[in-house]
Amino acid sequence: MSSSVETLVNKEYKYGFVTDIESDIAPRGLNEDIIRLISAKKGEPEWLLAWRLKAYRGWLKMTEPHSWPNITYTPVDYQALRYYAAPKTKTPLGSLDQVDPKLLETYQKLGIPLSEQKLLAGVAVDAIFDSVSVGTTYKAKLAEVGVIFCSFGEAVREHPELVRQYLGSVVPASDNFFAALNAAVFSDGSFVFVPKGVKCPMELSTYFRINAAETGQFERTLIIAEEGASVSYLEGCTAPRRDENQLHAAVVELVALEGATIKYSTVQNWYSGDEEGRGGIYNFVTKRGKCAGANSKISWTQVETGSAITWKYPSVILQGDNSVGEFYSVAVVNGKQQADTGTKMIHIGRNTRSTVVSKGISAGQGQNSYRGLVKVLPKAAGARNYTQCDSMLIGNRCGAHTFPYIDVQNASAAVEHEASTSKIGEDQIFYLKQRGMNTENAISMIVNGFCKEVFKELPMEFAVEAQKLLGVSLEGSVG
Amino acid sequence: MSKPLLEVVGLRASAGEKEILRGIDLTVRAGEVHAVMGPNGSGKSTLAQVIAGHPAYEVTAGRVLYEGRDLLEMEPEERAQAGVFLAFQYPVEIPGISNAYFLRAAYNEIRKARGLEEVDSMDFLDLLEEKLRIVEWGPDIMSRAVNSGFSGGEKKRNEILQMAVLEPKLAVLDETDSGLDIDALRIVADGVNALRRPENATVLVTHYQRLLNYIVPDRVHVLSNGRIVKSGGKELALELEERGYEWLEQEAAVP
Repeated sequence: MSSSVETLVNKEYKYGFVTDIESDIAPRGLNEDIIRLISAKKGEPEWLLAWRLKAYRGWLKMTEPHSWPNITYTPVDYQALRYYAAPKTKTPLGSLDQVDPKLLETYQKLGIPLSEQKLLAGVAVDAIFDSVSVGTTYKAKLAEVGVIFCSFGEAVREHPELVRQYLGSVVPASDNFFAALNAAVFSDGSFVFVPKGVKCPMELSTYFRINAAETGQFERTLIIAEEGASVSYLEGCTAPRRDENQLHAAVVELVALEGATIKYSTVQNWYSGDEEGRGGIYNFVTKRGKCAGANSKISWTQVETGSAITWKYPSVILQGDNSVGEFYSVAVVNGKQQADTGTKMIHIGRNTRSTVVSKGISAGQGQNSYRGLVKVLPKAAGARNYTQCDSMLIGNRCGAHTFPYIDVQNASAAVEHEASTSKIGEDQIFYLKQRGMNTENAISMIVNGFCKEVFKELPMEFAVEAQKLLGVSLEGSVG
Repeated sequence: MSKPLLEVVGLRASAGEKEILRGIDLTVRAGEVHAVMGPNGSGKSTLAQVIAGHPAYEVTAGRVLYEGRDLLEMEPEERAQAGVFLAFQYPVEIPGISNAYFLRAAYNEIRKARGLEEVDSMDFLDLLEEKLRIVEWGPDIMSRAVNSGFSGGEKKRNEILQMAVLEPKLAVLDETDSGLDIDALRIVADGVNALRRPENATVLVTHYQRLLNYIVPDRVHVLSNGRIVKSGGKELALELEERGYEWLEQEAAVP
């Protein structure tokens, strides 16, 4: 088995290994019994099971989105998937010391040291392995200031009133096909609660890892920042190389009360499939934040380099007066990857402001679409939006597409949209080569410059990681 | 006489189907300044680009030796690392990358290739301070993105700044004087003159004699229709200024 691990480790995608670990796996298929099983495994209260079942019944009436996104994929066979996989533990998890050493090894390979001593100062990590959370670091230190950072399952057990109050309040179970599926079968995820007036003393981070074959990953993240609170949250993702496509349908909900700030950063590097387009993750994710209170702020930053298909629109509902929404995105497609990604900024409150900066990079035969909605409702007097949408093409076989939707129902609103498309040309690369750089360094420099406005929004360690990742993603993109 | 730095022998090159260089012979020795002049479309810029290794041109015959090495076998970055510098006629913009970052990256690539240690940003700033004086610039220019939003004159000055930092052995300046006002022309010319060394050589590709009032060439070559049709001393440039290129083209048209 270990030799198969070795063969799976691959230069192009260094996170492609499989951990040989015994798992507790649900039978294939999806029905109410499976949902009851998941709920029972997690020891959930009756109201949550009811919520899941309602979502499931709604989902049955929905259809997988194929017509409007600019992506093509074979319909997922939902009855062939497994909806629950958990590493088998000999003892119930009480602390990190009890986590299976093989799991810890996996996270070490991924560069996520879970042992608290080795942790980068100031970053608390929750790690999700397949369907369950395997350990949250720095929990005690955070508890001192009243910050709750734990797995979703634990939050359901320990803080049911908070979960019940906010679950589905931003992304309702009936929101869309994949959100409904997630609501029915979600297994774990992260939960963050920052109480009134507290500035979270460290960056919070979740690391998602798909390991088991034929398993979907359906995590659910809920972040609540009370009045005047602030938090910065980082999310990273990897998966093994496998020939079949794997489904990742996550939901993230953010709630910012009056004067609160939430910054959510993602570096997504799921396995993207091989050169022929075999395998890779279907990354169908619903992320949305609600600026519920006045003067609140939600900022999304994403660097999307992985996945066979990315379908996600981290959005902000600007309900509170003077609230601010931001979306900074870099999406890279190479090989046969497809991305249809962007944001929705829904202006409801007065003097609400939003900024959208999207950088799409297409190489190989990749197809990259920006899809964005700016909606200003009748009461959103003085709303402002600025959208900048830039595409860069590398080579002749890739595509860049832009689908901006603007719906303004208040005459005092100001909405700006700027778009550009450029191509990395022979002349640009030659210029850098003439200054002594090789082709790969030249492309990396041009692309990093192109993405600078987004990278500067990332926390420092993530920015460095993102730059490296970009280089790897584009390796071999110019012949 | 010093050893040749650059030897171009029977060089022919095409862009697509079209042959542009049709047998160029040119020898440049250390310490010399050569001017390559000629009307538009004569192949001047192509010669500069072929020396630097631009992939749009295919060399169909002849050879180019640099310090005795086969230059045509080398990748563009290897040529740069070996000390060949091209000041571009149309310098490229690189949004989002600061001039300082770019220049240090280039400087370090060249140092690495020569087995020297890379310099950190603090040491590089000291080096820059001195180089900036050559083009009469303050430090502000270094935090701007490479050539982004630069005026035509600023772009050309930036090329000379890069040349000052990278200290090439062979600098080829492709129409560096075009589009410059008289003050910018003087700054650029002073910069080139300040960088002259007995061990280095410069090839100035230019349409006009004007630049040669400031940078006095040892040799002047006139290119017409892909061939050098006349070579001479600096007085040839003055003659061209007076008589234009036509008489030479007519001479050259006779097979």
